Amino acid sequence: MAYQPDRSQYPARRPDGLSRHPASRDTSTALCVGSLDIDLASGKYLKLWQGPNHPGITGNMSLELTVCGDEVVEGKTHVGYLHRGFEKLMERRTFIQCFPIVCRICVPEPDFNEYCYAAAVEELAGIQSPERADWIRTLILEMGRINSYLMYLGGQAGAFGLGVIGQWTTYVRDLMLDRFEELSGARIYHMFILPGGVRDGLPDGFEQRMEETLVEIERVMSDVLDVMFRNAVFKKRAVGLGYIDPALIEPYGVTGPPARAAGVAKDVRKDQPYLVYPQLDFEPVTGADSDVYTRADVRRRDLLMSIDLVRQILARMPKEGPLMAKIPNVLHWKIPRGETYIRGECSRGEYGYYLVTDGSGYPRRVNVRGPSYTHAMALMERLIVNCNIADVAGLLVSLHTYPPEIER
Amino acid sequence: MGFCMSVRDVLSPFTAWKNLFLDPVTIRDPLNDRPGAARYRGFHQNDVGRCIGCGTCETICQNGAIDMVPAEGIETKQGDSGLRPRIDYGRCCWCALCVDVCMTGSLTMSNAYKWVESDPDLFRFTPGVDRKYWDDAERGYRRPEDHRLTPRERAHMGEMAPEARIGSFDEIVHGYSIEQARLEADRCVACGLCVATCPAHMAIPDYIAAVRDGDYERGLRLLYDTNPFSQICGRICTHRCETTCAARHEGDPIAIRWLKRHICDQIPHEKYLEIVGKPAPATGKRVAIVGAGPAGLTAAFDLAKQGHSVTVFEALDKPGGMTRWGIPEYRLPYDIIDREVAVIRSLGVDIRCNQRIGRDISLKSLRNGHDAVLITLGLQLGRSTRIPGSDHADVRKSVDLLRQARACEDFGTPRQAVVIGGGNVAMDIARTLARLQKLAYGEVRVTVTALEDFAHFLADPEEVKEAGEEGILILDARGPQQVVVEDGKVVGLRTWRVKAIFDEQGRFAPSYDETDEQFHPGEMVVESIGQMTDTALLGDALSEQLAWNRGRLQVDLGGRTSESWLWAAGDMVRGPDVVSAVADGHRVAASIHAALNPMKERQ
Repeated sequence: MAYQPDRSQYPARRPDGLSRHPASRDTSTALCVGSLDIDLASGKYLKLWQGPNHPGITGNMSLELTVCGDEVVEGKTHVGYLHRGFEKLMERRTFIQCFPIVCRICVPEPDFNEYCYAAAVEELAGIQSPERADWIRTLILEMGRINSYLMYLGGQAGAFGLGVIGQWTTYVRDLMLDRFEELSGARIYHMFILPGGVRDGLPDGFEQRMEETLVEIERVMSDVLDVMFRNAVFKKRAVGLGYIDPALIEPYGVTGPPARAAGVAKDVRKDQPYLVYPQLDFEPVTGADSDVYTRADVRRRDLLMSIDLVRQILARMPKEGPLMAKIPNVLHWKIPRGETYIRGECSRGEYGYYLVTDGSGYPRRVNVRGPSYTHAMALMERLIVNCNIADVAGLLVSLHTYPPEIER
Repeated sequence: MGFCMSVRDVLSPFTAWKNLFLDPVTIRDPLNDRPGAARYRGFHQNDVGRCIGCGTCETICQNGAIDMVPAEGIETKQGDSGLRPRIDYGRCCWCALCVDVCMTGSLTMSNAYKWVESDPDLFRFTPGVDRKYWDDAERGYRRPEDHRLTPRERAHMGEMAPEARIGSFDEIVHGYSIEQARLEADRCVACGLCVATCPAHMAIPDYIAAVRDGDYERGLRLLYDTNPFSQICGRICTHRCETTCAARHEGDPIAIRWLKRHICDQIPHEKYLEIVGKPAPATGKRVAIVGAGPAGLTAAFDLAKQGHSVTVFEALDKPGGMTRWGIPEYRLPYDIIDREVAVIRSLGVDIRCNQRIGRDISLKSLRNGHDAVLITLGLQLGRSTRIPGSDHADVRKSVDLLRQARACEDFGTPRQAVVIGGGNVAMDIARTLARLQKLAYGEVRVTVTALEDFAHFLADPEEVKEAGEEGILILDARGPQQVVVEDGKVVGLRTWRVKAIFDEQGRFAPSYDETDEQFHPGEMVVESIGQMTDTALLGDALSEQLAWNRGRLQVDLGGRTSESWLWAAGDMVRGPDVVSAVADGHRVAASIHAALNPMKERQ
């Protein structure tokens, strides 16, 4: 019997599907167009599984590809290989006990979990974190963004065979991890932003060492510009690949660099400012062409902007003042009935925590809104059609998805 | 941007080659060449001498990685559970909440991050007890100075200003409002060290939780489970629980006594009888109790609840014992005692006042008419310094004077008085005299001379502070030498400075600096240096039969004397404070109950 995939979500295949020239892009924004008969017995099509363990997959997720020759005619995304049930676990933990586990929801950029959770708890408990703590929180979030982008750049280049970029960015990311270690006491899971404020202030001489680190990152980024962005191979493969039509941004819930690369200046830091962002000078970085190359470039420039933000923060932040608000005894902290949604702009897009409390000592419901869910699942299934097999990895990486955050 | 390729795009990537000439950035031996940062959250350290085994770390650990286990080689002391945290590194996530919440600051983390073992079980260890190479590491995560996860400061208790309170015998402290009580109850970490310390082993964390929940009936039920003198203890308990409170180490101890009082104050008196409950069906056994103080009435409460018929004989005209006759009204208003006694009476306890042993009744008749007799005589006789002049009529004992003051008898308030003694009773009489002076003459002229210096003072610090605020002069390290009498009248007290109170063997033998002599003028000298039991009440014949131990009646663990029908309890056996008497009352009641129900006990 002929295999009948559900193609209702995808546009009809174009006759010139193999071409990725911008002029021939599918500008259709319709969500339900046509259907394709795929007869696997015909010998013309092949099922190909990419992942869950595959170097071209960012973390533990899997792509079920139907290919014709080396062209993908249909792709399905599968997640569930990394489910740890954090949201449910939190319903059985006191508010302070949730603090050490939220960072694990997203490994490469854990601080957004800490911030969003802390801010949600503070809002529902009626607590205001001290100003100095807000500055340090902002600093940590920007440091985390730099790290996340460095990791991405290595992955994006590696997906197209440029292995050296990953080595360079890993080196400078390690320098930034050193700064995290001296500030928070840990390299990966910092567990530093907790409901009420932050654990501690900056260590002595931190500004100087951070400046040295930033200078080194800038040096490496200038090399990355030469070797990755001004590279014929990278351009050949990335330009025109994975075009996201600006009209798809809203219906697909696309946020962050993928949206900004399409010319849509979405940035929660500007749109709904939080922490000390209103006091910082910056403009969201945007691009125009909405392809893999543009997204990479937007992220590169966003990274440079984060470096500038870190400098602004260190120059302007108050050096004295409390770091923790007055909080009740955390061992039996009960929070009145309420619900809230806290959002922030992480390196991958909008990150949010929806928290419901019922007056008890435990969260009633926690829902984590990570950008990877929308980007890696729905959007990827649409973008993957007509993609060359060899480009699938580059396409997926360009959406900058972290499966741990899909599976909370 | 770059859809148009150029030659540069072909050549530019080759700039990567310039890195060939740079030094490698990797660290060859990271474990040795690169120590963890100063704040690094590495392996745990525990200063076991400072740790009190409160288990708060175990409570907060979200991974269940910490178990409190008995630790070898730790000296058991008051306010220490003897347990120490054992950490399972198979579960630990190095979040350091245990360090943040540690009540003493004993738990820290080193910056070490290398630990190799072939046996996985070894990764479950008790820091500080199982010695590790990082135990003495100076760097690593310590809780930052101002970082606390539990509030450190006690909720404010309102009280009368010194000027206002000195002019009357009104109660000084106001008691907590519901909001204040909740704030204070919130600070408790429910470690339970206080339960072990309290002589009556009251369920302190549980009733504090009841305050948090606003469930005062549950709280009162918990109080009366262990202490039928909760209303009184809520005001004047010596609160040893607060001296072992885990919160004491880095902040104020929880105001356990005031929270107990708060629960009692929240429940209307009519509700008490309902909450305390009804006695068990009558057993037909009769118990006589001599003395209606806390020990006797606690025993009466327990025995009556168990269904025994209890009669209490009290020598004075009102029940309450020392709580009524020894504690000034500004600390314990009379109606509190009346309410407490009413609860005990509601269980069917027959309290007969003005019944003095040897005068109105005899122990022999009690023995004949009852299945068991309990004597709780208390400490009614004041001790004397026996210094020259102390036999003068205007040299008084504090215990007698306090009784007279509470009975509103006129004993001729002196214009100027000297108190000998540095305990809480000395403070009580000094402050009582101060009030009487203020009421009679408009000024306070009381001097307290204590044997101990302020570093070793016997009275509670707040008593000393409040007495000072009320205009009482307190002198430490003064040894009384002579009551000076001129023309038949007391004119004052002569003291020497105390060099040491105890001799080298630790025996009481004060030595003085005779060159430092002071004279404290006063027309009355009050001796407040201790009390003893009036054992003459027992009669010569019975005293002969009973076994004694250093002047005290010898009793077994349950309070039974060498005569099988006679039990003794309270200050005359153990003490001296209300909560110890309550605990003793429970003990002796259990012993009497067991003796009255031998069969049941065996089942």
